[in-house]
Formats: sequence, structure tokens, C-alpha cells
Amino acid sequence: MTDAKEEKKDKTDNGEKEIRIAAIKERGAEYFFLLCSLMSIGAVLLICFFIFRGAWPTIKSVGLWHFLTFDKWKPTDVPPLFGIFNMIAGSVYVTLGACVIGVPVGIFSAVYMAKYCPYRIYPVMTQFVSLLAGIPSIIYGFFGMMLIVPFIAEYMSGNGNSVLAASVVLGIMILPTVIKVSEVSIRAVPKAYFEGALALGATKEQAIFFVGIPAAKSGILAGIILGIGRAIGETMAVVMVAGNSNILPKSVFKSVRTLTANIVLEMGYASDAHYDAIVATGAVLFLFILLLNMVLNFINRDANAAGGLS
Amino acid sequence: MKIKVEDMNLYYDTFQALINVNLDVVENEITAFIGPSGCGKSTLLKSLNRMNDLVESCRITGKILFDGEDIYGKKMNVNVLRKRMGMVFQKPNPFPMSVYDNIAYGPRTHGIKKKRELDRIVEESLKNAAIWDELKDRLKKSALAISGGQQQRLCIARALAVKPEVILLDEPTSALDPISTTKIEDLLTELKDRYTIVIVTHNMGQAARISDKTAFFLHGEIVEFGKTIELFSRPKDKKTEDYITGRFG
Ligand SMILES: Nc1ncnc2c1ncn2[C@@H]1O[C@H](COP(=O)(O)OP(=O)(O)OP(=O)(O)O)[C@@H](O)[C@H]1O
Ligand SMILES: [Mg+2]
Repeated sequence: MTDAKEEKKDKTDNGEKEIRIAAIKERGAEYFFLLCSLMSIGAVLLICFFIFRGAWPTIKSVGLWHFLTFDKWKPTDVPPLFGIFNMIAGSVYVTLGACVIGVPVGIFSAVYMAKYCPYRIYPVMTQFVSLLAGIPSIIYGFFGMMLIVPFIAEYMSGNGNSVLAASVVLGIMILPTVIKVSEVSIRAVPKAYFEGALALGATKEQAIFFVGIPAAKSGILAGIILGIGRAIGETMAVVMVAGNSNILPKSVFKSVRTLTANIVLEMGYASDAHYDAIVATGAVLFLFILLLNMVLNFINRDANAAGGLS
Repeated sequence: MKIKVEDMNLYYDTFQALINVNLDVVENEITAFIGPSGCGKSTLLKSLNRMNDLVESCRITGKILFDGEDIYGKKMNVNVLRKRMGMVFQKPNPFPMSVYDNIAYGPRTHGIKKKRELDRIVEESLKNAAIWDELKDRLKKSALAISGGQQQRLCIARALAVKPEVILLDEPTSALDPISTTKIEDLLTELKDRYTIVIVTHNMGQAARISDKTAFFLHGEIVEFGKTIELFSRPKDKKTEDYITGRFG
């Protein structure tokens, strides 16, 4: 009788113990996952810290405003001159150029894929778009060197290494981003909108461009901003086709140096104040990216507030 | 005769959704389609302005004449046809833009650019849809921010803005409250003097209240078609009687 009782008590103890262990395991798993996700947060914070700390000496000695707006970069002169205005302008030029080329083509491609593409061709299209996204930037650089630069030199003006060449290469590079994000948002537009437009006598194109695209505009805008982020941070492909001379280009056929190019070209031999100024150039680039992200968040919040649309 | 449907059959792939349909729609009358779910009312309605073209598997035999012209004929421009036959859907579907732009969308699509002309059309259409007073101070507001009943009347106004001759409505009040429903019924009765109206409805009372002719559909066929008063008071077919008295299974 007592034995049986003891045994029973033992069992419940064991049961409780098991439950407690399970709870601890679950907790442990939760903390482990938390730790993993903290890693990306930590990485961002660490990067912020080091890049801005690295940039500080230059900002302190040159002055932020002077650093940003002065258009002479002579790091080896005595005394050296550190002004990255030309490079900021260069980055802005090639990024705008990339948008001029990549955005319309990207949006029209997205329209085709979402609204016209026969369903048998569709998987082929998406395959190619994904491939385009996966090509390493150095390959894009080669493509630009072998095709676009000679083409510009031959049929247009200058030696080919130019704002235009960089814009074309970057325009192609941002295509997959613009296409994918735009396509998804065009597909998300309710069919009822298209039907409503067609029922008013609109043609398919009118329905797409005057109802569908406006309804998908915040998604499309998000795609464009992601594309801009990619273009402004791109280095290798740009260095290979832009010419990289440190002067403000007077036309799209002239050579241009971007922020990224400035960093990668001089990193190898820079030291002391020069090195610090290079890091500061990186910090400016990083600021641009943070700014774009803020805009993106703003757009997304706006889109969510409007029920995912308009 | 505004619209004449002759020996029409419609198939979705191998499924026959409409069987040997014959129907005359008279100008300045309201014609109602009633019948149980899935009997083909919407299918016939969508065939009239060729919205069925969007359904790839849809195939049609027979004829639909609009003012004597075969709408599936080679000479028919489908965009012009749809402009002449406005359509209002079951679920209000205003575009995600301002009230003004919703109404102006159709006229702009058909080439009207002048601001003054558009202003006039917007005001006139909203007045005709009896919603001008409610919306005149909110023309620049999003059309998604007004009530469901207002949205539906906005959709009617949007259809009126392209100057149609016929208005097709597919259960326009099924998603609305009784007050909005009454407003739309009154509106349709008013509009009938200037337009020809075809309406699909599940609401027997609605058909009886507003329509001149009623067609009762069952399994893709028109079982009975005639004056609404007669169809509701002295149905000729036993199945019609069962349906309108609610004894239908
Ligand atoms: N796009 C389509 N493809 C295939 N079959 C369809 C399609 N649209 C409708 N059908 C079928 O055709 C038949 C008639 O449909 P329809 O929508 O015209 O019915 P309805 O009378 O309007 O019904 P409800 O009152 O529920 O709206 C139904 O059996 C339906 O399943
Ligand atoms: Mg229906």
C-alpha cells in the first residue's frame, strides 16, 4: 500500500521534472534564436560605430561641410586637400543615369510579366530575371568594358569610359530588383480595378497605366529605391567602365569617379590622414544608404496605412 | 429593341452555362434577371458588354444584337461597345484615387482633357447619380474613404460619365444596407427615362419594385420571361411559381 503510494508520488515527480526540463529547453531555444537575430543587429551597430569613428578625425580636421562641398581631392599634396564633392556628384550622376535607363525598362518588363506574358513563357522570364540578379558585378564590369565602352567610343564620343557607360551597366544591374518588386505589386492590384476600367471602355493598356500602375505605385517606388541603393553602392562594375578621373564630368561621355570608386582605388596605398579621409568617404556613402532606407520605411508605412495599396 | 439575344449558347470549356437563350431588352425599361445561384445570370449580363472576353475558356454561339448590330461581329469595337453599355459590379469597385478622378477616368480615357469640360461632367454625373450633395465637398478625397453605399453610387456615376445608353448592374445592392439599397432603387427608377437598364438581383422584392420585365433563369435556361407584374402575379411556369414564392429547393 505505502509502496504503491510512494511509486505514484515518484512518477508525478518525474513527470513534473520532465515538464520542467522541456520548459527549460524551450526557453533555451528561444534565447538561442534571439542571440542569432541579435547578431545582425549587432553587426549593423558595430559597422555604424567603426565607420563613423573612423570618419571622425577627418570630419574634425577638415569640417563636415567642407569635406562634402569642396571639389578638390589632392590627398598626396602638402598640405593634402580633402573634398569629395566631385565624387558625391559622380555617384548621384551615375545613379540617376541608372534610373533613367533601368526604371522604365524595369516597369515595362514588370507590366509584361504580370499582365501580358503567356503562362508558358513566364517561368523562362522569371528564370532570366533571377539570373540577371545573380551575376557577379565583376562580370557586369567585363560586359561593360567589352561592349558598352567600345560602342560609346566608336559611335558616340570620347574614349567610352564615361558616365553613360556606368549608367548603362548600373541600369541593367538594377533591372531585376525593379522588375521583381514592381511585378509583385502590380499583381497585387485587385482584378476589380482592371475590370472597372475595362467596363468603362478603356483599352487594356489604359487600364494598366491609368489604374493598375497608380494603384501599385508605392510598391513600384519601393522597387526603385532598392534599385537606387544597389546602384549607389556598386563598386567593381563602375570602376571598370567609368574612367574614374577626379573631375566633375561636363557631359555624359566624360569620365567620372564615384564615392565607391574613390575608396577602392586608393585604399591600397593610403595611410594616415589620407586613410582616414577614405574611411570618411565610406561613411558618407553609408549615410546615403541609411537615408534611402528611411525613405523606404516611410513608403512602406504609407502603403500599409492605405491597406497595402495606393 | 435595344438589345436582342438570339439562340445564344455559352460554354466555359465543356460546361454549358447558357442554353438557347432568347431575350429582348426594350429601350427605357428596366429588365431584371432573377434565379438561383449559378444559373447563369451574371454570365449573360457579362456577355452583353463582352466582359466575358476576359475569360479565356468562354465560347459563345448565337447572336447578340445591340441596336441591330452584332456585338460579336467583326466591325464591333469592343471598347466603344463597353462605353455604350456601362457596367456596375456586385462589389463596389471605385479606383484607389480621388472621387473626382474616379468620375473623370472614363471621359479622360475617351480623350476629354479640358478641365472645364471634366468639371462639368463630374458634377453632372454625380448629380445624375443623386450623390452630388453628399460628395461635392469631398471631390478631392479618396474614393475608398466613403461608405459602401456611396461607393456604389459613385460607381454608377462613373458609369454615367461616359454617356452610356445601357447600364448593366450585377446585384448592385447585395453588399449594401437597406437605406442605401432604397436610394439606389429610387435612382434606377429615375434613370430609366434616359437609359436602358438591365439588373441582376437575388432580391425578389427588388425585381418586383423596380423592373418592367423579368427573366427567370434556371440551370442556364430562361424558364420564363415577361412583364414583371404578370410574372410575379400569374407565373406561367410551375418552377417560376415555386421560386418566387420561396418554395424552391
Ligand atoms: N469564369 C468561369 N469559368 C468557368 N465556369 C464559370 C465561370 N464563371 C461562371 N462559371 C459557371 O457558370 C455558371 C453560371 O455562373 P454565373 O456566375 O453566371 O451564375 P449566377 O447566376 O450569376 O450566380 P450568382 O447568383 O451566384 O451570382 C456557374 O455554374 C458557374 O460555376
Ligand atoms: Mg452572379
